[in-house]
Amino acid sequence: MTQQRAKQLVILSGKGGTGKTSLSAALAYESTHAVSKFRTIFVDADVDAANLSLVLEAHVVEQHEFWGSSQAEIDVQKCTGCGSCESVCRYDAIFPHPEIPGVNWIDPIACDGCAACVYACPEVAINMIPQQEGFWYRSETPYGEFFHAELFPGRENSGKLVTLIRQNARLAADDHEAQLVVIDGPPGIGCPVISACAGTDLGLIVAEPGQAGMHDLQRVLGTLGHFRIPTVICINKADLYPQGTKEIYEFAETQGIEVVGEIPFDESIPLSMLQGVPIQVLYPESPAAIAIHEIWKQTVSKLIQYEKQNE
Amino acid sequence: MKIAIASGKGGTGKTMVATSLALSLVETNQVKLLDCDGEAPNAHLFLNPTFTQEIPAVIRIPKIDPERCTLCGKCVEVCQFHALVKVGKTIMVFPQLCHGCGSCTWNCPEGAIEEIPNPIGVIQTGHALDGIDFTHGKLTLSEPMATPIVRQLKKLEKSSNGIITILDSPPGVSCTVVETVRGVDFVILVTEPTPFGLHDLKQMLGILEDMQIRYGVVINRVGIGNAEVDRYLEQRAIPILMRIPFDKEIARGTAAGKPLVVIDPNYREKFKDMFHKINQITDKSDGRS
Repeated sequence: MTQQRAKQLVILSGKGGTGKTSLSAALAYESTHAVSKFRTIFVDADVDAANLSLVLEAHVVEQHEFWGSSQAEIDVQKCTGCGSCESVCRYDAIFPHPEIPGVNWIDPIACDGCAACVYACPEVAINMIPQQEGFWYRSETPYGEFFHAELFPGRENSGKLVTLIRQNARLAADDHEAQLVVIDGPPGIGCPVISACAGTDLGLIVAEPGQAGMHDLQRVLGTLGHFRIPTVICINKADLYPQGTKEIYEFAETQGIEVVGEIPFDESIPLSMLQGVPIQVLYPESPAAIAIHEIWKQTVSKLIQYEKQNE
Repeated sequence: MKIAIASGKGGTGKTMVATSLALSLVETNQVKLLDCDGEAPNAHLFLNPTFTQEIPAVIRIPKIDPERCTLCGKCVEVCQFHALVKVGKTIMVFPQLCHGCGSCTWNCPEGAIEEIPNPIGVIQTGHALDGIDFTHGKLTLSEPMATPIVRQLKKLEKSSNGIITILDSPPGVSCTVVETVRGVDFVILVTEPTPFGLHDLKQMLGILEDMQIRYGVVINRVGIGNAEVDRYLEQRAIPILMRIPFDKEIARGTAAGKPLVVIDPNYREKFKDMFHKINQITDKSDGRS
């Protein structure tokens, strides 16, 4: 690819468990070993359940705190128990204090951080306290630099954290003159997915044959379409339910979307996961590894094709 | 009795467990299933509900009356989510950033703001296979937040004695999941015996402990991984409610939209036994199992 800002590839699925992370690790391997090599930066945008570091042989070189929104906290010295806060709270977050009678208490898990109670309190007894909501990391891997994060369980702002690590990945890509950023996306279609795919050059959907797989494929495709991200599909565990695979091909054709390959159900994938490495490290001749190599070639050619179209 | 099915990791089999639990219990109990995964709801594919009602899922967003607005900027100041911005001689509202908290509306000194419903999806209710009461929410594509849908779904359900409510949770461990499990009596965590499964399971355990909700684990796809999950659960004395072996026939049948108890009817007794174990753990006896 020509020398300019790195292209960004996002890997999504809609449905959970279709194989995004295993594929992301395998593409990392391809990026450094295939004939079409790319200097690549990696991002794990599934900050709720960040698994890519488990298979990318990552070691952390930098750790940063992630501070998200603030949460409301009642000063028990000032609270008179009037209940004005409770009457404005739409999140059922305010209760009588479990230990101190006559004052109220805010459940930090339920608090949305809207501060309605702060403005409602006649005693000015409520403060917004900034919260650390997770960590983000820069790691080194045998395949390139890797940006990932862990949102503390139960927190909001996954979208914000995804945007933050993507920004840092972009800066690293510029610094290293990398050609590609590969983003392992989260399941679903909500704000972390939107943050993961915003401004990317190509979406690669990992689809799973079957009713649920097809239903969610349609939803994530619609989401990518809404944000005008060109998209291709690959089908994982394709031979487990051939009828479902056929339906995906038919659907893709009606949408004008290319299927860039299919991966058979192959135990080499979970076996590699247990060893904490991409599949090609231990099982380079396995049917899945061979299929993934094709998917890499096709995906790269799509990235180049879109680049030429935009010139 | 309210039971939520969650996981952490996606694709472990939450919906498979939720739907089969519902089908096993509805023989002798009144059962409701709430599919709380508004982004990618799948339970309806297994239970084939006939929907009798559809209502919009909404959050209330501010609408500013330009006649009364003095551009004082109080609403912009109170909004914690930057959903209101002063641009020239207007205040712009960004609905997708709005959390529907109402704070701007209450704090406007001119009374210039009213709240209007902003549809972000739909909630459909009906009856499914074998008489299961079924409700799910579907987020409109490109809307960022499904959490308000879960809240709305749960508010619609009036809990009564004698009814078993099963909540199918979304994947992950963030706000939509927390909203789903809040207030339930028990959470079934479905995991797989792999490093990914274990990593994400631990995240979920953290939340449930904070929220003081009792839980147990179903290990799905036994055979595809290793014994680490078993060892971990044993170490922590966490109850293992069921083990489902990896089986291509189950995988195929699930792909075809068949509930597990239809693919293999022997599972009905296993799900009933699991419910009995859950009751023992929670010391409740809402069901007549």
